[in-house]
Amino acid sequence: MEEFTKKYWKDYQKEIADDNFYYERSCIRQSFFPGSEAAFLKILRDILGKNIIDDPNQHTCTGIGYHSDIVPFDTTMTVVARIFSLMKDHGVNNFIPSCVTSFGIFNEVVETWNHSPEEYEKTKLFLKQATGRDFEIPQNISHASDIIYKYRKELKEKMPYRLVNRNTGKPLRVVEHIGCHYSKLFAKKSEGGMEFPKVLVGMIEEWGGEVIDYPERRHCCGFGFRQYLVMANRGYSVANTKKKFESMQPYKPDFIVANCPGCTMFMDRWQYTIAEMEGKTYDDNKMGIPVLTYEEMAGLLLGFNPWDLGLQLHQVQVEPLLDKIGIPYDPKDKYVGKSGNFLGEPEKPENLVTVYGK
Amino acid sequence: MENKKTVLVIGAGPAGISAAKSLANDNISVTVLEKEDTFGGNINNWAKLFPNFKDAGEVKSSLIQNFVNNQNIKIVYNKKVTELKKHNQKWIANTSDGEVFESDAAILSTGFKVFDAQYKEELGYGIYPNVITSVEFEKMYKNGKILTVQGSVPKKIAFLNCVGSRDEKVGNHYCSRICCIAAVKQAIEFKELYPQSEAFIFYMDIRMAGQFYEELYRKSQEKHGVVYIRGRISETSSTIDKKVQIKAEDTLAATPLRMTVDMLVLMIGVEASKSTTILSKQNNIDGPYGFAKSKDIHTADNYSNENGLFLAGSCKRPLTLTETIADGKSAAISVVEYLKQTK
Ligand code: SF4
Repeated sequence: MEEFTKKYWKDYQKEIADDNFYYERSCIRQSFFPGSEAAFLKILRDILGKNIIDDPNQHTCTGIGYHSDIVPFDTTMTVVARIFSLMKDHGVNNFIPSCVTSFGIFNEVVETWNHSPEEYEKTKLFLKQATGRDFEIPQNISHASDIIYKYRKELKEKMPYRLVNRNTGKPLRVVEHIGCHYSKLFAKKSEGGMEFPKVLVGMIEEWGGEVIDYPERRHCCGFGFRQYLVMANRGYSVANTKKKFESMQPYKPDFIVANCPGCTMFMDRWQYTIAEMEGKTYDDNKMGIPVLTYEEMAGLLLGFNPWDLGLQLHQVQVEPLLDKIGIPYDPKDKYVGKSGNFLGEPEKPENLVTVYGK
Repeated sequence: MENKKTVLVIGAGPAGISAAKSLANDNISVTVLEKEDTFGGNINNWAKLFPNFKDAGEVKSSLIQNFVNNQNIKIVYNKKVTELKKHNQKWIANTSDGEVFESDAAILSTGFKVFDAQYKEELGYGIYPNVITSVEFEKMYKNGKILTVQGSVPKKIAFLNCVGSRDEKVGNHYCSRICCIAAVKQAIEFKELYPQSEAFIFYMDIRMAGQFYEELYRKSQEKHGVVYIRGRISETSSTIDKKVQIKAEDTLAATPLRMTVDMLVLMIGVEASKSTTILSKQNNIDGPYGFAKSKDIHTADNYSNENGLFLAGSCKRPLTLTETIADGKSAAISVVEYLKQTK
């Protein structure tokens, strides 16, 4: 069983660039998990010593608008070309999207250009006419999680903590969730292929955790653009997430980690929704299962302050997980803003147990 | 001394055996080169045969009568032919261990291999131990029991048709022709062993073109209660107790379906064997999907476009055992015709 999976992962290994990156931020990651991208940049610059451009001129990839049939593909291609032209200004050619939706968009656009050179010519013309700019196709497009995966061993050397329960000494049991647009659009662009991508598994196992293979592992997180953008469809979104929670519950996960900001968001927030609607939670303490981004997971193990990582913005409280790993935190700092002022506590849910507002 | 004509038969499966026997009957000197250490080819993988549940061993025994001890037939085992070419009106076969064989004509009876189900990653073969192939089912059945890896009798079993066949994603558009009826046969065998258990067959179309196939399909439902679901399985995973969770679409009910079974049997399709592909490529007679191409599918199906190189059995396309045996004989007739002309 192990042997086979290893063989396939070998087949699916992709090229991940090693330096001189242009970072494309994610509209939703920076809103929902604002510490994650800062942590990623800090890891790359301060710990791995890489050159990475964080360009204030960057803009949307159109991903959500495109998948909602609001933005036509010609527009998406031109917008993507503009981002590539910004990268050209900085003289780097390895592109790293933070968002999995964007990762899908950039790959889809580049694949289109590779297969249909006339589309490439058309986009060049559109961009020139609209902005007077030129662009080049990046040499390498890797998702930000690919970079962390690539350097997981080096990062481990710097980590004071492991994904291990400090009371029992046993590996933490982790549910990993891969965004669909990371692997399901282009299997070859995924580390490990379409069905069993290795990008998060590699990090979890390297850092001491144990991956849970539960029946609905590959099921949608519930994000699915049309499911939640149209209010009438939101029930589908919750229903999908619920299916996953029910399936993972018997395995008693310590936490969930995802590489897509949408997945992280929905798996975190819908636990609140389900708890409030049905009084149901999927852990033993009615607190929910913590959901982390991979940057937060890496940052925590590297000893970053949990509140600098933005963990107070999660719906499901992360303190029990921090306690399990043995990561220190000051509860008083939880809702203190960058200015040093107390920002106030969020409203307390009725059913979901929180550590604030006791 | 009589100058006997010689023929090389490459592959000692049912087609090769049948061709060799017919040629020997015509007093032609036959050398059979077999890459394994035994004869029979894929027949060795079967316990009982469709559509009449005849013991595969018995069929093999009658097939090899006058084959093994025939003075006109020399069988050479463990000889993998790596190169086959025509030189000065002779056919020369080079083997992997450096031996060279020469003859007046050659028959390619290199048969088929089964599809490697690991390529359909989503079906979990090689990952989840209770996902097995139809070949493994047959082996278990030979030993009298169908058991899960935990050693228990499956209460629910599912068979999935068209694994590696009729599938754009793996590049095999053709129908393998034998797996529908094999699934019916195996489901009946399972139900006869364990009448209390449930058996499901997931299919795209049920193709029952052979004699008595349709009757068997009907019997499987009426007598044994095998349930047929029209839809392909899109994903399997393991439950906490190592059962197999299946996701599919029931296309007749137009609804997605999730089901947990104790065992999933993948009805793996037929592909050209490696030798078939390599040797036919060398002689420019390679057809679609790596099979060998006959001169004319209607009127010269045992001939190839290379004078003196003949085709027998499933090196051309998926065939049933019945067809394969007949095709071996037919190839022998074509060879005799050819040798007469080249006197
Ligand atoms: S015989 Fe049946 S199972 Fe086999 S490929 Fe054809 S349709 Fe599919």
